Amino acid sequence: MPVLAYLWILPLLPLLGAAANGIFGRGWTKGVVTRVALSSTTLAFLAALELVREFVALPPDQIPWTKSYFTWISAGGFRADFALQVDQLTIIMLLVVTGVGWLIHIYSTGYMHDDPGYRRFFSYLNLFMFFMLLLVLAANYLLMFVGWEGVGLCSYLLIGFFFLKQSATNAGNKAFWVNRIGDFGFILGLLLILRTFGTLDFATVLPRAAAMPAEPAGQAGVLTWIALLLFVGAAGKSAQLPLYVWLPDAMEGPTPVSALIHAATMVTAGVYMVARSHAIFLNAPVAMQVVAVIGCVTALFAATIGLVQTDIKKVLAYSTVSQLGYMFLACGVGAFSAGVFHLMTHAFFKGLLFLAAGSVIHAMGGEQDIRKMGGLRKKIPWTFWTMFMATLAIAGTPGFSGFFSKDEILLAAQRASTPLWALGVLTAGLTSFYMFRLLFLTFFGAQRFDEKHVHVHESPRNMLAPLVVLAILAVGGGWMAAPHLWGGANFFEEYLAPVFATAPETPAAAAEASVGAIELLQALLGAPVIAGLIGFFFAWWFYIRSPKTPKKLAASLAATYKLLSGKYFVDELYAAVIVRPLVWISDKVLWRVVDEGVIEGTVNGVAHVSRETGDRLRYASTGNIRTYAAWILVGAVVFTSLLLWMAG
Amino acid sequence: MVPTSYYLVLSAVLFGLGVVAFIFKRNIITIFMSIELMLNAVNLAFVAFSRALGQLQGQVFVFFVIVVAAAEAAVGLAIIIVIARNRGTLNVERVDSLKH
Repeated sequence: MPVLAYLWILPLLPLLGAAANGIFGRGWTKGVVTRVALSSTTLAFLAALELVREFVALPPDQIPWTKSYFTWISAGGFRADFALQVDQLTIIMLLVVTGVGWLIHIYSTGYMHDDPGYRRFFSYLNLFMFFMLLLVLAANYLLMFVGWEGVGLCSYLLIGFFFLKQSATNAGNKAFWVNRIGDFGFILGLLLILRTFGTLDFATVLPRAAAMPAEPAGQAGVLTWIALLLFVGAAGKSAQLPLYVWLPDAMEGPTPVSALIHAATMVTAGVYMVARSHAIFLNAPVAMQVVAVIGCVTALFAATIGLVQTDIKKVLAYSTVSQLGYMFLACGVGAFSAGVFHLMTHAFFKGLLFLAAGSVIHAMGGEQDIRKMGGLRKKIPWTFWTMFMATLAIAGTPGFSGFFSKDEILLAAQRASTPLWALGVLTAGLTSFYMFRLLFLTFFGAQRFDEKHVHVHESPRNMLAPLVVLAILAVGGGWMAAPHLWGGANFFEEYLAPVFATAPETPAAAAEASVGAIELLQALLGAPVIAGLIGFFFAWWFYIRSPKTPKKLAASLAATYKLLSGKYFVDELYAAVIVRPLVWISDKVLWRVVDEGVIEGTVNGVAHVSRETGDRLRYASTGNIRTYAAWILVGAVVFTSLLLWMAG
Repeated sequence: MVPTSYYLVLSAVLFGLGVVAFIFKRNIITIFMSIELMLNAVNLAFVAFSRALGQLQGQVFVFFVIVVAAAEAAVGLAIIIVIARNRGTLNVERVDSLKH
C-alpha cells in the first residue's frame, strides 16, 4: 500500500513543484515551467486516485487511517505529531482539491499565457495546493492550522498578484487582515481545546467531545465556546457575516485564482473544519444555532447584493458567499454530509462559472462589466454552453448537481426550523435570478460593445477542456445523492456516514429512505424549484423580454437600489467604525505619541543626557598638570577627612 | 627623646611645602624637586613611625621609596631634557599640546 503508507507524498508533490519553479525556475522557458507545475499537480491527482483505490480496500476498523511520521512539537505535557489521516471526508476533499486544482492548473496555462509573472503564478498556485492538501490531510488541529494559514498566505499572494495595481495590493491586504480576525478566534478555540482535552489530535478530541453530555440549549458551556471560537475562524476563511468583506475584493486576483481559491477550495476550508469538528458542534446547541442563523442570513444577504452587481466576477463572488452560507446552514442544522455535498457540487459549478467568466473576460480582451457585453452566445459557443450548464446547476434545476445538494440542505433546514427554510428558499429564488441575469446580460440581447475595438474570440483548447470536464461534473455530480428520491440510498450520505456517525442524521436518513413517488414529485416541484423558476422568469422578463424594466425599477425603488448596489455600505460602515478609528489611533497616538514620544524619546533622551554630561565634564580635562594635581590634593583631603571623621 | 609628633609635624610641613610648590610653580625642574620633597616628607614619617613603634617595616619602605625615587629621577630628568630640547622652554603651561 504505497500511498497509504506514504501519505506525505500527496502534499509533497505540489511543494516540490512550487520549490522547483519558485527557486530554480528563473531562467526556465515557459514550457519547462508549465511542465513542472502541471506534472506536480497531475501526479498529486493520480496519487489521490491511487489513494482512493487503496482506501476502498481498507477494512472499516482501520478508518480513519492515521499515520504519524515524526514528533513535531514536544513541550512539557504537550505533544503534536506531524501526523496525517484519511477518512471518507478527507477522500472527498482530496478529490475535490486535487481534481479541480488540476483542471484549473491546465486552464491557467492558457489564461496566464501572456502574463510576465507566469512562473511566479504557478509556483504560488502549487504552493497553495501543498497547503490545502496539508489542511485536509492533517490529523490534528495544529497541523490543520498550518495548512489553514498557508492557504491564507497563498490567497494573499495571489489576490495581490498584479502588485503594480494599487487596488490589487489593497485587496490582498484586506483579505489578510480580515482573516487575521478569524484566525485569532481559531487560535483561541485551539487553546481552549488544548485546555479542555489536553491534546489537539482529532483521534482523541473528537470522541471525547462526542462522549461529553450535550450542553443544554441556551447555556454556553466549554464546548459551546470552543465551537463558537472555531466558527469565528471558519467565518473568516469562508467569508461569512460579518467577516465576508474580503472575498468580493479578492476578485482582484487572476480569474483562475478566483476559481480555485475563492470558490472551489480554500473558502470551503471553514465548512470542512466545522464538519471535521462536528462532534464538538453537535454537543453545543447554542453554537449550532449561531452557525445555522449566520449561514442562512449570509446566504440571503449576499444574494441580494449579487442582484445588482455589474462586474461579472463580483456577481460570482457574492454568489460564492451566498452558497457558502448554505453550507453553514446545513452544518448548523446538523446535516453535515449535505453541507459537504454542497461543498463538492459547488466546487464543480462555481469553479466552472469562474473559469467560464475568465473565458468571457479573455474573449472580451479584459472587459469585466456585464453591461458592456451582450450577444456573445454565438461568438463563444463553448464558453456559453458550459456556463449555461453551470448556471442551471447553481440555480437548482432538477437533475443538475446543485439541485440535489441544495435540496438536501433545504430539506434538513425544513426539519429544523421553518423560518430558516423560508429564507433558504427565498435565497434559492434570488440565486436563480442573479445567475440568469448574468447569463442573459452576457450572452443574449444586443451587443453593447464596439466590435471594432473588441475582437471577440473563443479561448484556446487548454482553457476549454477544463470547462467541458467541469461542466460534465456540474451536471452529473449530484447523482450520487439522487437515488434517495426513488426511495433508494443516498450514496453520498451513506459514504460519509462513518465520519458523522454521531450526527443525528442517521435516523432521519432512514426515514427518508421510505420516500415514495408522491414525495418525489413534491421534491421535484418543491418550493426551491418553484422559487428557482420564479427567479428565472423575472430574469427573463427583465433582461430579454423588456430590457427597460430594470432601469425603471431601479428608478422607482431608488433607495433600495442604492442600498444594494452600495453593498449595504458595509465597507463604509467598517471603514467608519473600525478602520478609520484604528488609523487615527495609529497615527495620532501610536505613531506621534508612543513611537515618536516614548520610544524615540527614550532612545534620544539617553543619547542627549550622555552628550550633555560629557559636555559639562569636558571642562575637567584641562590638560594642565597642576590643575590635576590640585584635584588630586582636594580628593586626598576629602577622603582623608572622611576617613578620620568616620574613624573618630 | 624628641617626641614622634614633632617628626610628624615636620613631615607634614615638608609635604605641604611640596604640594604648594607642585601646584604653584611653573618650572618643571622646581615641580620635580617638589615631588622629591613630598617623597622625603613621607620617608621622614615612615622612619618616625618605625622608630616609635619599634618595627622595621617602615624603614624597609623608605628604602623602596628611595629606589623608586631614584628611578623616577632618572626617567623624569630624561623627559625634562627632551622637552627642553624640543620646546625650548621649561614652563609647564607652555607644554600643553595634548589639550589642543
